[in-house]
Amino acid sequence: MLKIEDITKTYKTGTFGGKDLKAVKNVSFDIHDGEIVSLIGESGSGKSTIGKMILRLISTTSGKIYFNDKDVSLLKDSELKEYYRHVQGVFQDPFSTYNPIFKADRIFSVLHEEFFPHIPASEWKGRVDTALKSVGMNPAHVLNKFPHQLSGGQLQRFLIARALLLDTKFLVADEIISMLDASTRIDVLNLLSDLRSKGLSVLFITHDLSLGYYISERAVILYKGSVVEIGETKKIFDNPVHPYTRMLMSCVPRLDKKWQDVEVELTEKKPMTANGCVFYERCHSEYKLDECAHQSPALVEVEPNHSVACVCCKG
Amino acid sequence: MSLKIENLTIYYQTIAGNVRALEDASFSLADGEIMGVAGESGCGKSTLSNSLIYLHAPMKYIRGRVFLDGEELPIHDTQKMNPFRYKKISVIPQYAMNAMNPTKKIGRMVEDLLKSRGENYKEILPEVKNRLELVKLSPDVLNMYPFELSGGMKQRMVMVISTLLDPSLLLADEVTSALDVSSQKAVAEMLVGFRDKKIVKSIMLITHDISILYQTANTIMVMYAGQLAEKASTETIIKAPRHPYTKLLISSLPTVGVRISENRLAGIPGNPPLLLNPPTGCRFRDRCPVAFAKCAEVPPFVEIEKGHFLACWKEGKAHA
Ligand SMILES: Nc1ncnc2c1ncn2[C@@H]1O[C@H](COP(=O)(O)OP(=O)(O)OP(=O)(O)O)[C@@H](O)[C@H]1O
Ligand SMILES: Nc1ncnc2c1ncn2[C@@H]1O[C@H](COP(=O)(O)OP(=O)(O)OP(=O)(O)O)[C@@H](O)[C@H]1O
Ligand code: SF4
Ligand SMILES: [Mg+2]
Ligand SMILES: [Mg+2]
Repeated sequence: MLKIEDITKTYKTGTFGGKDLKAVKNVSFDIHDGEIVSLIGESGSGKSTIGKMILRLISTTSGKIYFNDKDVSLLKDSELKEYYRHVQGVFQDPFSTYNPIFKADRIFSVLHEEFFPHIPASEWKGRVDTALKSVGMNPAHVLNKFPHQLSGGQLQRFLIARALLLDTKFLVADEIISMLDASTRIDVLNLLSDLRSKGLSVLFITHDLSLGYYISERAVILYKGSVVEIGETKKIFDNPVHPYTRMLMSCVPRLDKKWQDVEVELTEKKPMTANGCVFYERCHSEYKLDECAHQSPALVEVEPNHSVACVCCKG
Repeated sequence: MSLKIENLTIYYQTIAGNVRALEDASFSLADGEIMGVAGESGCGKSTLSNSLIYLHAPMKYIRGRVFLDGEELPIHDTQKMNPFRYKKISVIPQYAMNAMNPTKKIGRMVEDLLKSRGENYKEILPEVKNRLELVKLSPDVLNMYPFELSGGMKQRMVMVISTLLDPSLLLADEVTSALDVSSQKAVAEMLVGFRDKKIVKSIMLITHDISILYQTANTIMVMYAGQLAEKASTETIIKAPRHPYTKLLISSLPTVGVRISENRLAGIPGNPPLLLNPPTGCRFRDRCPVAFAKCAEVPPFVEIEKGHFLACWKEGKAHA
């Protein structure tokens, strides 16, 4: 369905755009039909940047993104519109998507005008009702309300319903549940999973690992814009290999186990070595070598469907 | 006994009427206790915390008394509360780390704060540096602006500032929710460290992330729609909750090891009531799977076992 090939994003920063910030570095992975892939990493690791490149909200600096074998960067006009019919994004803060002056269901009428002007109003209303019901809402309770009259979870489900109306095949879900309560979170996750069984593919961006574990078949662990570990979710969680993934796992607050006494390395803003391993400064692995500072390790398969970029699994 | 609260009731005055955000809360907190406060968004956690420190409009004091270390806090009088703030009771407000004045260097911020409390910055500076070391920040941060710090660093800085004058009680409102897992762990463990080093006597740790509370809190108090539902030791709340709401809440939490393909978790059907015109009696009533006629009256928050408090007609009776 979606194939990401060696994409890189460099932002120009500094007052005159004089500094380069490589937010995403040579990332490749693909997402199959009806699959949920988690993209996991700490704040600033480049997760949203990848999501935005897929949605063409920003350009790629290099590399290619293919949707059903078509190069997304080459889509124009009607082709691009067609793309957005199938590929949609839902973002972290549902409130910011809505204009407080208008009723929240305006997002549906805008969609109607923009994509389906030929459908009569009565039929469209039926479709909206069906979409709302399939995200677990009673149209009578939620339509005709202003954003502040709805909860974050309800607004978030509106956006998912909107994606459903568009015949969405691929959804970029960027931290869509971090704003929601525990009990609402599970409703939204279950909904995504039900939609997956009907063929939807999802890039599920999160920094909450337990959510990623719950819902996804495969996971991509991102650190400073680079993929450090990738593969079947269960394999990564049961057998994390990269020192960064191991640190992450030890920090996840769990309900079945107390935190172990491991020190969290807090050095956050240290300069990066130009071409060494992205995790070099924070790494405490027993396998750490001098060469890690100069040579970035490539992804190596450590077991079927589980690859890691660290010198510890080179040989 | 460090903190004792009796029948605390706080509303918000709005043009549409009173929002009954906290209703007859009575509980206490022992010396050395870290009490987690959990519950859905809008259930009144921040209202509880904010009312104890700076009760201002549109918040309205309705009734109730608050005692800290045996002394009554004049919470309804913001002037009279002044001598207590920072010295006896201190808060890390929700969103504090984003509310730091962007035009002031951190050191200047600390200096201004101390001055306003009648303290001398120069005298306290060595202790400031000690505290920074405790939270693994270099003294250099005093010369920096807030935007130069990452989220985790800012949150640790806010922790240092709010505990500088060794308050007896620290109210920490969602201090970990905006951080990623490694910073969350660090910040949560530092809070525990502050208690262990007796910088603060007790902590009210507010969050809707219950797995963080499992790692750090001694007790957990669960709120629902402005009412207290249950308070007990952390182990009891997680492993043997009694309140129907707590039970549903705990069973809806995904944790590493649980996958939807093997174990599909269930949410809680329905939505919490609006607090403008909340239902009478137990506010969980219309979502509660075991509600019965009696629930139209407000269930009292009673101690059903040593240290285990519960407000539920069904469960309270069954185990009385
Ligand atoms: N428009 C921009 N211009 C310059 N730098 C940017 C821009 N957008 C993002 N960045 C930088 O790129 C890096 C990656 O940002 P990104 O938003 O993709 O991270 P993220 O993983 O989504 O983080 P979070 O978990 O905080 O949402 C960060 O260092 C960020 O500061
Ligand atoms: N300024 C205000 N005016 C009117 N109502 C308010 C105001 N502030 C809060 N409320 C209402 O009071 C109730 C309790 O809010 P509070 O902020 O204490 O919840 P909370 O438990 O801290 O939620 P969260 O987890 O989202 O921080 C909510 O129903 C909220 O809508
Ligand atoms: S008091 Fe009644 S409605 Fe409330 S939780 Fe108990 S059984 Fe349910
Ligand atoms: Mg992001
Ligand atoms: Mg709050």
